[in-house]
Amino acid sequence: MSSRTLTQIRAIAWRSLVRTARQPAQVVPAITFPLFLFAINAAGLDAASGLPGFPAPDYLTFILAVPFIQAGIFAVSGVGADLARDIESGFLDRLALTPLSRTGLVSGQVAGTIALGVVQGIVFIAVGLAAGATLETGVPGALVLIALVVSIVFAFGLIGVTAAFKFGNGEAVQGLFPVLFVFLFLSTMGLPKDLIHQEWFKTVATYNPVSYLLDGIRSLFYGGWDGDALALAFLMPALITAIFLPLAIATLRARVVRT
Amino acid sequence: MSARSRSIALGVAWRGLHNFFRNPTLVLPALMFPLFFFTAFAGGLSNVSNVPGFDFPENYTTFQFVFVLLQASAFGGVFTGFAIARDFESGVGRRMLLAAPNRRALLAGYALVAVGRAIVVWAILTVVGLLVGMEIGGSVLDMAGLYGLALLLNLTALMWAAGIALRFRSLQAGPLMQTPVFLIIFLAPVYVPYGLLTGWVKAVAGVNPITAIIEAGRDFISGGSADALLAYGAVAALLVVMLTWALRGLARAEAAGG
Repeated sequence: MSSRTLTQIRAIAWRSLVRTARQPAQVVPAITFPLFLFAINAAGLDAASGLPGFPAPDYLTFILAVPFIQAGIFAVSGVGADLARDIESGFLDRLALTPLSRTGLVSGQVAGTIALGVVQGIVFIAVGLAAGATLETGVPGALVLIALVVSIVFAFGLIGVTAAFKFGNGEAVQGLFPVLFVFLFLSTMGLPKDLIHQEWFKTVATYNPVSYLLDGIRSLFYGGWDGDALALAFLMPALITAIFLPLAIATLRARVVRT
Repeated sequence: MSARSRSIALGVAWRGLHNFFRNPTLVLPALMFPLFFFTAFAGGLSNVSNVPGFDFPENYTTFQFVFVLLQASAFGGVFTGFAIARDFESGVGRRMLLAAPNRRALLAGYALVAVGRAIVVWAILTVVGLLVGMEIGGSVLDMAGLYGLALLLNLTALMWAAGIALRFRSLQAGPLMQTPVFLIIFLAPVYVPYGLLTGWVKAVAGVNPITAIIEAGRDFISGGSADALLAYGAVAALLVVMLTWALRGLARAEAAGG
């Protein structure tokens, strides 16, 4: 990557950071909504930890993995809506007149969301531990968890970027939010795979990449270091990035040609 | 209600239902979301029924059907509130206020829209529930009791959302209509019976009127001895409060000229 591209990424990233920080309406729900669902699910399903073979010390620790995935879901709508606003307001057209590289534009856009992801990760770990969850892998595990959240947020953010370039309006990007929630709910979110009784649901959860993200995050909270679970967890955002980064650049190219 | 008011209410209802059923972006989420929640909860969490102390006599699909039915009813009311906000934002509401001598008939019309939408969702949800193994242990009267609760909850949520919509007259008030309903619904025994809840959520669910409604609904469908008086009393009291709230909102909208 040339120094010119790096300068461009820095400029776009700074703008993205400032814009995210100045939008409490984007930041506050991205932190409070996952925590609210965490609190409700942890208390409402606490009895499930009494099931024979339940792997976690308590349900609170088990369900704490979910807010980290929700950080990724919020990244899609956050970065996508910001970019869609740039398209609707004509800012992207003006950028297209400058010699800005497409890689710089796409990567830089996600910076604000990545910073938000780091904040979300720290807050979720702190609140979880304060509520009584355990983090068996300690501080190194927390750092790995933050790294995993960053990779999830970056990968999911690219989905938002692609959608924004493709559709060009915020409403369509927001429409992705519930679709991604479907992936979350049809995973091992509520119970581990071995304890899911419905065979069809177990099959869906097995093929759902979100299940592997959850397993990787959970491996840091209980059961000690699990290299396989972590490798799979990091592989999923890497695959999403490998698919959506070129796709985002291609859709940007198509949009710039149209304008 | 006079013949003229009835005619206005029916006109508003026809327009609202026509707009709803002709617009796939409104119909599909209204139908898909309850089905999705039903699938996710009944499918993914069915093993929860094996938790020691889980005493619901029918299967977990039946247990979750009641929650999803009541949740869909409440959100059907809220989403009709969105339609009210949209009408006032676009100026249609103001023209309707000018045209209707008795403006309460407008509210009655929106109530018919909410009920019409809910009936379609109930029908689809019930058919899907039966197809995936929902068990009904209650009598026809019990089931009428369950759907009666769902109807009153639908109207209660509508009146809450209408009160907000008529005060703000903008779709930007959407989260204000939706979030409290979401909170009150989920701070009830969603996944397990009330007796299995622990900690702060048990304390909150204990004073949440929705708990009595959900628990009675589950007793209705399983043929158990439902505390119908408590459930109907709770939802009727909520409806009276929300109706007053909505009528005051209507007065505010009238005073503001729509």
